[in-house]
Amino acid sequence: MTEKVIIIGGGVAGLQAAATLLELGLKPVVVEKTTHIGGKLNDWHKLFPSLTPASAVLAELKSRLEGVEILTGTEAAEITPRSVTMTDGRRMEADAVIVASGFDVFPAELKEEYGYGLYRNVYTTVDLERMFAEGRVHLHDGTAPRRVAFLHCVGSRDEKVDQRHCSRVCCITGVKQAMEIKAVFPGAEVYNFYMDIRMFGPGYEEMYREAQENYNIHFIRGRISEAGETQDRRIQIKAEDTLIGRPLKMTVDMLVLIVGMKAGRSNGALARCPGIELRPSRFAAPADSFCSNVYSGVPGIFYAGTVTAPKNVGESINEGVAAAVKAAGYIRSKP
Amino acid sequence: MRGASWKDYQKEIADDNYFYVRSCIRQNFFPGSEKAFLSILRDDLGKDVGEDLKHTSCTGIGYHTDIVPLETIMTVVARQFALMTEAGYENLTSSCITSFGIYTEMLETWHEFPETEERTREYLYKATGREFVKPRNVAHTSDVIYKHRGRIAAQGKVRLVNSVTGEPLKVVEHIGCHYAKLFPKKGVGGSEFPYVLAGMIEAWGGEVTDYPERRHCCGFGFRNYLVQANRGFSIANSQKKLESMSRYRPDFIVTNCPGCAMFLDKWQYTIAEMEGTIYGQDGRGIPVLTYEEMAGLVLGYDPWTLGMQMHQVAVEPLLDKLGIDYDPAAKYLGRNGKYLGVPDQGAVNMNCTSQPYMRTL
Amino acid sequence: MAIERSINWGYSISRPRAVDMDANEHEAAARLLRKLPELQACITCGSCVATCTAGNLTEFNFRMVHTLVRRGEYKGAYDELNKCMLCGKCRLVCPRGINTRAVVMAVKRILGEY
Repeated sequence: MTEKVIIIGGGVAGLQAAATLLELGLKPVVVEKTTHIGGKLNDWHKLFPSLTPASAVLAELKSRLEGVEILTGTEAAEITPRSVTMTDGRRMEADAVIVASGFDVFPAELKEEYGYGLYRNVYTTVDLERMFAEGRVHLHDGTAPRRVAFLHCVGSRDEKVDQRHCSRVCCITGVKQAMEIKAVFPGAEVYNFYMDIRMFGPGYEEMYREAQENYNIHFIRGRISEAGETQDRRIQIKAEDTLIGRPLKMTVDMLVLIVGMKAGRSNGALARCPGIELRPSRFAAPADSFCSNVYSGVPGIFYAGTVTAPKNVGESINEGVAAAVKAAGYIRSKP
Repeated sequence: MRGASWKDYQKEIADDNYFYVRSCIRQNFFPGSEKAFLSILRDDLGKDVGEDLKHTSCTGIGYHTDIVPLETIMTVVARQFALMTEAGYENLTSSCITSFGIYTEMLETWHEFPETEERTREYLYKATGREFVKPRNVAHTSDVIYKHRGRIAAQGKVRLVNSVTGEPLKVVEHIGCHYAKLFPKKGVGGSEFPYVLAGMIEAWGGEVTDYPERRHCCGFGFRNYLVQANRGFSIANSQKKLESMSRYRPDFIVTNCPGCAMFLDKWQYTIAEMEGTIYGQDGRGIPVLTYEEMAGLVLGYDPWTLGMQMHQVAVEPLLDKLGIDYDPAAKYLGRNGKYLGVPDQGAVNMNCTSQPYMRTL
Repeated sequence: MAIERSINWGYSISRPRAVDMDANEHEAAARLLRKLPELQACITCGSCVATCTAGNLTEFNFRMVHTLVRRGEYKGAYDELNKCMLCGKCRLVCPRGINTRAVVMAVKRILGEY
């Protein structure tokens, strides 16, 4: 009999874990709460810094899944090393569990001062990604923006919304989208308001420099303190240009909030399993951050991807491999 | 107001039996408002509101200008609570935004640092022999009017609509900084989208006007106004707001703070004198109302009983728009019909005071 | 229509300090950036100011001046840049490889009229 591993979450980390388990001769079962696999990648258009279409990465991952049992529309409610109980009451036995349940996009409405959901021309990076995917970026009234501001760190490094961590990928997302806006609207002025620019990945710093030098994107160090809608539906913003030490105000056609990563709501269900620890940020805490990144601390439960911390797509996929290998090793070492 | 984020911030507001504490400055600048609050609560809504003549300033102005030390203001606040306790009330309602902020701040401080409450009780007892029970509910008087806005609408005789066109009046609401910027959870709607005044405006038929400088402070800032040399940036803040809102052609401003009502009203005169700019429709300034005045008009009170002749920006054009029947000649009659005299012509009320105002509707 | 009478207020209405990006003219800055796009790559590390011969003796701050110019704040930039001794030490230390001396000369040429 082939040993079964339940993977919670059908995003990039979960799918890679499933593919790897298959290669290792085990039987992976992917439990996905939404109606289709692929996770957030379904909502992204192109991936930084190479501008690879998200659909290409997703197609590659899906091509390795032949024979994997996938249960969509199924949500885990209770997790133990030997079983997962679903919200509909179904219970499934397993020899190990990999939790790859991902993150939630920070809900920008919580930063009330930016008026997301109230002012028509305030968008999030997720909205913009969808517009790029649809092939048409426009303001609420259908016209083209002439002046666009991006605001970094919305829902990151901000204790006011209980999000003290850095979400890491938003800096490069903001730079990528600023360049994409400029590519679509070469005449538009684009401003990125930031606290720090954190370019942690290969090719990221180079992309940042390209945005500055070749795309003429203006970077202003200062966090926007508030946004207000003007009579003609433009957005008035205020910030300090901290490097000249003076307040700055401007009106833009489009304000894009670069939203961070919030610990998945599903981590609440996970935390009910004895032995599972969450970080103060409510991301799951792995056994340690060096040699045991994919270990939960509970034998038989493994982690992959952003369930433990903000990560980019490549890192999440790598953890899918690592978690699968470690789960296989765990199963085979059992007497 | 569009959106629903204010719904996340609800506060408990007592329904009846209020101990009322007045403001230091409102009785000079908007003398009818506090009286109107009592009339509305007692006569129109049948509520029990108690007062005590021995109530004093909360010393908030002194506290915010670094004259009154923390221990002193805490003891003064404790004394007001003692008066409330002695009068048999548990719900405190404050007419002043600064006092509301002070009461909330002291209660929160006592909660976080219980030793300060113990010390305050000791000081109060030594100084006055009084003891107190902390209020069960602290609400600003605008919270109280907000709470009863539905009944006021039901009993109302006037709606906040243009009586000729039937269009809702465009109303700018301005919230005092100390209402919700100190403790966002103590304000209806929180600090970003306070709903306390917006809720009244909507309930009474008006339309809330959002504008980019909505959150900006009126510029009072205590020491910034009280020192004459600093008034330049006090007035600059009001000017920033007036510039921003005037593009929306609001029919009037309503505020829930004694200082804001005064400054948004009187600075319009100063700006007109200094720079020649007169805001508002037809170059007559933008009338600034207190929420009690707004509620009073809705309930059919006479504008001169509400004290509206004390405004710098004349209110007659607004009264006409609302279709309110009033006696222009009675504007400067005091109690028992005694003639009080007419103030000098000012830049923002020139059409209304130096000669009988010509009604155009 | 100010009323003719003289009132001694003892104060006047303060002017906003904010950089007003809507009111500012950006064409001269755009010309500068077209000529020297690398200037946008400045990460405001401050190396140029740390090493500046003139800046160690006067209030001159090259980074501040070109940042202000890029926001459309041109007033005073020309005079400030006259303090530069064109020694070129800043160019040696710039981690982004910006031709700082060329920036000084270009700003002066473009903003001569301001």
